[in-house]
Amino acid sequence: MVIIENLHKKFNKNIVLSGIDLNINEGGIFAILGPNGSGKTTLIKSILGMVIPNKGTLTVLGKNIKHNSTYRNKIDYLPQIANFPSNLKVKELIKMIKDLRGNTLEDEHLINLFKLEPFLNKKLGNLSGGTKQKVNIVLTFMFDSPLIILDEPTTGLDPISLIRLKELIQSEKAKGKTFIITSHIMSFVEEVSDEIVFILEGKIYFKGSINELKTKTNQPDFEHAIASILINNHA
Amino acid sequence: MLKILKYSFYDLMRSRWSYVYFAFYLILGIVLLFLNTDLSKAVITLMNVIIVLVPLIGTIFGVMYYYNSKEFTELLLAQPLNRSSIFLGQYLGVALSLSMSLILGLGLPFVFYGLFKSNAIWDFSLLLITGTFLTLIFTALAFNIALSNENKIKGFGYAILLWLFLAVIYDGLFLMSLVLFEDYPLDKLSLFGTMLNPIDLSRTLILLKLDISALLGYTGAVFKKFFGTNFGLIVSIIMLSVWVILPVFRMLNKAKKKDF
Repeated sequence: MVIIENLHKKFNKNIVLSGIDLNINEGGIFAILGPNGSGKTTLIKSILGMVIPNKGTLTVLGKNIKHNSTYRNKIDYLPQIANFPSNLKVKELIKMIKDLRGNTLEDEHLINLFKLEPFLNKKLGNLSGGTKQKVNIVLTFMFDSPLIILDEPTTGLDPISLIRLKELIQSEKAKGKTFIITSHIMSFVEEVSDEIVFILEGKIYFKGSINELKTKTNQPDFEHAIASILINNHA
Repeated sequence: MLKILKYSFYDLMRSRWSYVYFAFYLILGIVLLFLNTDLSKAVITLMNVIIVLVPLIGTIFGVMYYYNSKEFTELLLAQPLNRSSIFLGQYLGVALSLSMSLILGLGLPFVFYGLFKSNAIWDFSLLLITGTFLTLIFTALAFNIALSNENKIKGFGYAILLWLFLAVIYDGLFLMSLVLFEDYPLDKLSLFGTMLNPIDLSRTLILLKLDISALLGYTGAVFKKFFGTNFGLIVSIIMLSVWVILPVFRMLNKAKKKDF
């Protein structure tokens, strides 16, 4: 699905990614973890072509993504911070994205699911953080793409919406879609993900299932396993 | 690209500033026509306002729009659109809405005044054409500056400096060099110097069309010989087009390599 070879990226003198090799297979939920500033978002943005790598090749769905934009038709992306043009109404934003990407009927179902009807005629600038995130989720899931990338999807969500989101992820996964997710909420990651990748200082530190990580670090639960990696590498 | 253009244009049309800009030109046009009975004098006064104001508004608006629509741009970048069409669409959205405010704002009062029956129609059209060119040029320069500077304050600073340089400082340096080298034949040099600054070029183009070149002395005669002919007019229009094309080209190139 996604093949990353020898990916390097630095911003000015700050080296963020140094030689990432990663192969993400089709189907399943793939979590990218790492401490703050470890390059998770940079990695995701490289896959999306928003960040241009200094070195390395990225292949998404069998196509080299350099100088290519059509492959993004097959990706749904949920950005980390839902910053939308503040003078647009929710309805207008949904209509605009549909106009740019092609029509879909999924949006009504999703609006219903996240109880967004009362907000449709409000401007995005006046919405709370959690409501913005729900709009963000609707925009991401309303298209039927084989690859879905979620950057911190749980931010600001109330418990009911969080349950809805998990259900949504599971039902899309059942259709054979591939997910790439980053999150700092370990219980969420443990619940949904099939495989994890741990990035540390721009390199892949660990790749495998959660059980393999627990054995490797000799820790009984997932949260402590992650914490032990961080303590051993920073102390 | 056309869809992006549509949304940028629509977005700007909804903002108050386009109306303020439009209303300003409307009032300016009406006031000038009522205070001046002579249409070609009104055109000269307008020229003096346009030559300074259009670049300033183009620069400020361009920089402001870029920084304000950063979120929108990021949203678009994750969609299956290529970067050139995103940025070209946004640029044209800004430049065209500004040009429209200018053309409609000034055009309406003049049309009601009876422009079509007057001889000044060519001077007036030239004024609007150069005004549109200046909007295209300075909006493109503004986008370049904004793309190269993540820091808003720096971006605004450079934009104002650029405007100040081309609108004021360049003329000062130019004049000083003429005084300094007055013993040498300067007609070619001054012609060349005028060509290199879009504001000077526009001003000279309009002034010479207005038949007041006699005021400019010998150099004026040389200028008249050059700009007054069709050849000069074509060369000037080509120069103004180059001033649009080069910054747009650099903008697209810069956008392709930028990280968001």
